Amino acid sequence: MTTVQDSTKTPSATPSKGSRFTGAVANYLDERTSISGITKELGRKIFPDHWSFMLGEVALYSFIAILLSGTFLTFFFEPTMTQVHYDGSYVPLKGIEMSAAYASSLDISFDIRGGLLMRQVHHWAALLFVAAIGLHMLRVFFNGSFRKPRELNWVIGFTLFILAMAEGFTGYSLPDDLLSGNGLRIIDGMLKGVPLAGTWISYLFFGGEFPGEVIVPRLYSLHILLLPAILVAALGLHLLLMVINKHTQYAAAGRTNENVVGVPIMPNFAAKAGGFFFVVFGVIVLIASFFTINPIWNYGPYDPSPISAGTQPDWYIGFLDGALRLVPPGLEFVLWGHTWSFNILLPMIVIGIFIVLVIIYPFIEAWITGDKREHHITERPRNAPTRTAIGAAGVTFYAVLWAAAGSDIIATHFHLTIEAVTHTLQALLILGPIIAYFVAKRICLALQKKDREIALHGYESGRMIRLPGGQYEEVHRELNDYERWRLVDYIDYKPLMVRPDARGRISPMQRVRAVFSRWFFEDRISPATRAELESGEGHH
Amino acid sequence: MRTHSSTDARRRQAGRRHPLASIALITIGLLSTGGAYALLTTTASADAPAASQASISEGQKIFASNCATCHGMSASGTADGPSLYGVGAASVDFQMGTGRMPLAYQGPQGEQKPPQFTQEQIDAVAMYIASLAPGPGIPDQKWLNGDGNIAKGGEVFRINCAMCHNVAGAGGALTEGKFAPSLSGVEARHVYEAMVTGPQNMPVFNDTNLTPQDKADIISFLKFQQDNASPGGVDLGSLGPVSEGLFIWIFGLGAVIGVTIWITARPN
Ligand code: HEC
Ligand code: HEC
Ligand code: HEM
Repeated sequence: MTTVQDSTKTPSATPSKGSRFTGAVANYLDERTSISGITKELGRKIFPDHWSFMLGEVALYSFIAILLSGTFLTFFFEPTMTQVHYDGSYVPLKGIEMSAAYASSLDISFDIRGGLLMRQVHHWAALLFVAAIGLHMLRVFFNGSFRKPRELNWVIGFTLFILAMAEGFTGYSLPDDLLSGNGLRIIDGMLKGVPLAGTWISYLFFGGEFPGEVIVPRLYSLHILLLPAILVAALGLHLLLMVINKHTQYAAAGRTNENVVGVPIMPNFAAKAGGFFFVVFGVIVLIASFFTINPIWNYGPYDPSPISAGTQPDWYIGFLDGALRLVPPGLEFVLWGHTWSFNILLPMIVIGIFIVLVIIYPFIEAWITGDKREHHITERPRNAPTRTAIGAAGVTFYAVLWAAAGSDIIATHFHLTIEAVTHTLQALLILGPIIAYFVAKRICLALQKKDREIALHGYESGRMIRLPGGQYEEVHRELNDYERWRLVDYIDYKPLMVRPDARGRISPMQRVRAVFSRWFFEDRISPATRAELESGEGHH
Repeated sequence: MRTHSSTDARRRQAGRRHPLASIALITIGLLSTGGAYALLTTTASADAPAASQASISEGQKIFASNCATCHGMSASGTADGPSLYGVGAASVDFQMGTGRMPLAYQGPQGEQKPPQFTQEQIDAVAMYIASLAPGPGIPDQKWLNGDGNIAKGGEVFRINCAMCHNVAGAGGALTEGKFAPSLSGVEARHVYEAMVTGPQNMPVFNDTNLTPQDKADIISFLKFQQDNASPGGVDLGSLGPVSEGLFIWIFGLGAVIGVTIWITARPN
């Protein structure tokens, strides 16, 4: 494999076969369209070679699977709530009155060749899409890859995550079966929980009293037109910014803040990535061929009276459902002639704050550290203990809410009482993130200590020797320069000092910032310095 | 570095049992306990009494030795078990036929287990309890054939039963550790009896509530669900989005990440 340096300052001199091909293509296109700049840039774009950098690609490819299967579904799906009597081939629903939307989803499932497979591909791909985005986001967070100059892309990426959830939810509501109707009923409840205007908003949204006759066509416009359009635009911007900013990379010898080391996209990586697209697609189709997803035929048509045990949203909406399940009772009261449904408002407010904090996290951290430099080296999570700890706390918070959405399933499958599960999760929602914070921080500091130890003294070889004086000692294996680089190349921040400004005053803002900075950087292990390394060498 | 890891791997290989060994062990264990269980329960069986009066007294005997500790010598109830006056043959047939009675332990809910009596013995006890006071009887076979209106049955089931048992009959949680069990594999007569007697936390669905024809339709619907595998493939327990979500995270994302690791692995 060729490893080429794409240095922004020194373009590589001897063109390889791959870059000659890229050059030729760029030339061909340029003579016709003068877009060589883009082709060259794209073709010579360097891709790092750690697996976690491919999660975004998984998301991209599952999105393509969604687009293809979704387009197929639009050919046959009928987005209206006109009541019809089902006359398809699924016996247990024959003659039942239902909306045209549900009837056409059943037809897609049973009477259109390949329809069920496409429905299942669409839905499984949707689950995989959001899961891949989620994991991709965690990778970016824990690597500190959201730091300057990539803050904006973090915001765009997170917007994509929210859009994906919205796409998923609107799609889940389209078939108009019992499950999707129950989901919409919860949305209706949340809208009505908004103080003062709630009922109006709900009537506006559903075109009258829930469920009304217009919600499916409205959601359909959102699902196949508006949201995908915004999503594709945001995705384009996201990828464009990624190309402009280039990838971050793990620290290693030869990797600096000024270059990107990896494989140029053309031709090897493109081949691999092209293949990878088919692999992701294949995995989705394989799963869709053998595993049922959303068996709408079981749920029956939507009707406000029945409900099924085990009614849940898709996994990515689970945390919202979980929040509603964990609200303690007694938060609803009447004041000034209005009902204040804090049982619904409280979770909405808490989650709203959580989401805003995640979106603006890069700016918060930049303000606290006061760091205005550009960062292209991926930080190992252990080397930013406070950030890693905050991330662990956030993940725990989300995970508890997520688990709460399945509280009934947890209760029946582990033979617990639903009350015990709920109370435990309520406690964990508060305590879990705190515990996770401290544990993660301690682990990071311990790992940093270990790295420092190894950088200075080498690996423990397990070989004991006896010195002439009778003393026993373990032989340490020296690191080579490459290994050592990985361990010591990180930025050592120190808490900001409160210094008077030009007019000799200390602003309150600066004090606050100093407090935060101390919180961030008080506990830290400095990397082994050159002097330490040199004096350490040869000792063992 | 490389030699190091390969010796490591070899050592691990040598120390590990064959992957099928544990499955074989479990199978052997299950088979032997199952066999022993079958042996023990069949030795307890007695010949079916012929005459009705004879079976009532036979039933009384079985009751006295197996049930009276909780339900009282005359079935009028004790602190440990309710009175059985008026519960009818249907209730006894359901409770004993699904193995719930005799109750194994006092828990949130008596659970289904392999029945401990033969059908003849159960019939005898049912006759005995029915002789004490009138109550719902054993359902007529004509409602149990599964030839009712499946679509109607599905609709009635979704309205009356799905909130506890789930639309696909997969079961669901109730409060305080109680739960509505999965309905897969339950015999038609037990389904009917459950509806007319309302065991424990299940409501009674009497004949004005759900006509016998409705009940027959429900039974037909459940039978259809049981006999026909999910058209979409493996149904993941019909638990809904929770099992789908777990599946995609563990197997879907797991498989894809496996491939990414392979793609980005540097050839050594
Ligand atoms: C360990 C105590 C215990 C034993 C032994 C026991 N039962 Fe029960 N039984 C109970 C309890 C407790 C209930 C009430 C269950 C409930 O509704 O939660 C009950 C309920 C019943 C019912 C349902 C009553 C109704 O309202 O429909 C029947 C029928 C019954 N038992 C029959 C029997 C028979 C027949 C036997 C013997 C083969 C037996 N029981 C043995 C404790 C016992
Ligand atoms: C309020 C919740 C509830 C509703 C509604 C309900 N059930 Fe049940 N059902 C239960 C519970 C709880 C049990 C377990 C009783 C026990 O273990 O003794 C049960 C048990 C059963 C059983 C026995 C299952 C077994 O494993 O032996 C059947 C069959 C059954 N129900 C059918 C129905 C049907 C059919 C309907 C609708 C007409 C229905 N149930 C409605 C709660 C409910
Ligand atoms: C990120 C983007 C998308 C996500 C997450 C998503 C998700 C979903 C989900 C979960 C369903 C329910 C499927 C079911 O089980 O029945 C659905 C239905 C549907 N989607 Fe999408 N979708 C997306 C984009 C699209 C696009 C771009 C189109 C059209 C080009 C589309 C067309 C449809 C149609 C027609 C249905 C209804 C069909 C049916 O329910 O049988 N979707 N979508």
